[in-house]
Amino acid sequence: MTIGLSHYLIVAAILFVIGVFGIFVNRKNVIIILMCIELILLAVNINFVAFSTHLGDMGGQIFALFVLTVAAAEAAVGLAILVVYFRNRGNIAVEDIDLMKG
Amino acid sequence: MINPQLIAPEILLAVSASLLLGFGVSKTTNRAPIVRIIAIAILLIYSVLSYVLGSIDDTAFNGALVGDAFGRYVKFFIGIAAAFGLLLAGNYLEREKLDQYEFSVLTLYAVLGMSIMVSANNLLALYIGVEMQALALYVMAAFNRDSLRASEAGLKYFVLGALSSGLLLYGISLIYGFTGSLNFTEIGAAVKANGLTRGIVTGLVFLLCGLGFKISAAPFHMWTPDVYEGAPTPVTGFFAAAPKFAAMALITRLVMGPFGEITDQWQQVIIVFAVMSMFIGAIGALRQTNIKRLMAYSSIANMGYALVPLAAGTIAGVKGMLIFMTIYIITVIGVFACILQMRIRDGMVERISDLSGLAKTNRGLTIALTVFMLSLMGIPPLLGFFGKLYAFLPAVDANLIWLVVLALVASVIGAFYYLRIIKIMWFDEADLEFIEPVPALRWTSMIAAILLIAIVIIPVVAGTGQAWIGDAAESLTAFAANTP
Repeated sequence: MTIGLSHYLIVAAILFVIGVFGIFVNRKNVIIILMCIELILLAVNINFVAFSTHLGDMGGQIFALFVLTVAAAEAAVGLAILVVYFRNRGNIAVEDIDLMKG
Repeated sequence: MINPQLIAPEILLAVSASLLLGFGVSKTTNRAPIVRIIAIAILLIYSVLSYVLGSIDDTAFNGALVGDAFGRYVKFFIGIAAAFGLLLAGNYLEREKLDQYEFSVLTLYAVLGMSIMVSANNLLALYIGVEMQALALYVMAAFNRDSLRASEAGLKYFVLGALSSGLLLYGISLIYGFTGSLNFTEIGAAVKANGLTRGIVTGLVFLLCGLGFKISAAPFHMWTPDVYEGAPTPVTGFFAAAPKFAAMALITRLVMGPFGEITDQWQQVIIVFAVMSMFIGAIGALRQTNIKRLMAYSSIANMGYALVPLAAGTIAGVKGMLIFMTIYIITVIGVFACILQMRIRDGMVERISDLSGLAKTNRGLTIALTVFMLSLMGIPPLLGFFGKLYAFLPAVDANLIWLVVLALVASVIGAFYYLRIIKIMWFDEADLEFIEPVPALRWTSMIAAILLIAIVIIPVVAGTGQAWIGDAAESLTAFAANTP
């Protein structure tokens, strides 16, 4: 059996769903949410690279590099905000982030 | 084709923001006030520049960015709104001991991101623009780093914003895969030539959901009330104006440009967003006691109204959206100039009941706030009425009469909480006395209120204003005609 485009897409879709579910199901730790966000971005990267080779178009691979760069910036900003929050609150449990109720 | 003159406004912002960052960091003395004044000047220059140079109808960077009448109109107002945001922030930041030059630099970077969003003609430029403004805005929400509320607001905004960029990216990857291109023009051509596939529709829905987060359209509105309440007040005012217009413009460019041929596919998504936003905004606001939270629900509802003309999918609809958003931005700047005046000797107050009896102690502020509330309700002599009129008419013409009826019902529900503020200000017993505001705040609220009293600006709106907006709307559909 050869590995085709659809296999990559299915793996990416599964990773994406795991990432999204992880954000909503996890009630413990904000760090896990950050990991789930990374998972989503990596799933998207698999999609881009798979499509790129399938189409023979470089655009997707360039996009994947940009996504990696932005993901790094996003993780930096996210962790900085998390550190500020931890200093004020003393813990980073998700269920305690409830000062304001939506 | 690089076309540097077309992206001169963006280059101005990028270079000056970096220079200001270096200038601010190089000395230990507090340079925040001078950096802020320079940043305001740069934003005003940016507005004028993007208006003057935007008349070149062309693309830059091999089609990644496009300059057209639509982009220059939106950029002009984004620049003005951001300049007012900084102007209003000055006094607040000084009093709360938050006056750091990074605030102005972050504003410039956020506006740069919005500018790229507005002129994006390529999915990569779209993503970079969205992320650039979002990363700056996350930090601005948590700017008061000693406040638990502000850092919680920043954290919530970050987590949900990152999730929304994930959805956006997944949509982009599907659209790329199923049309074979990142360029809007080529995507439009591919959709036209090959017809619709399930992949494209799925991608488009993901993309619209990701952008729905950015305009806080329900069901993706959960972050809005918390972030608006927790963030420092001038930041909230900034969030409510410029980024909303940029994201709205991006959605419009996307659905009218590359997907202009498949109106019936995205129309349902836009209608669901519009109806849910209008009702969640109107009903959610009823039980709020904090004025910033109230404005959050009000902005959710207003985004719903702005999506109504878009659902029509016509040039008149784009025009209605632009008119509505312009008037909404003027109103929001005015309202936040008023909220920033709610300061007693001990600090800021932000409960609605703190406004009670304001008519007896502060007539000017009361009249200005009354004008804004009546305009948000859509009472005829005020501009808010014309905003809603131009927003709802295209939907009527497109046979979406039931949608307009729902919008009107939501407006009536919304009228309750706007009227309640007016009642509290004029008829309740006086409670607190606000201290004298700085001139910038008072003048901003006065000017915004005067602009909204339609009689003053009807000649402008009827003539040149209409022509600008008409040009802007038509430049988007000219795109569809140009696709091979």
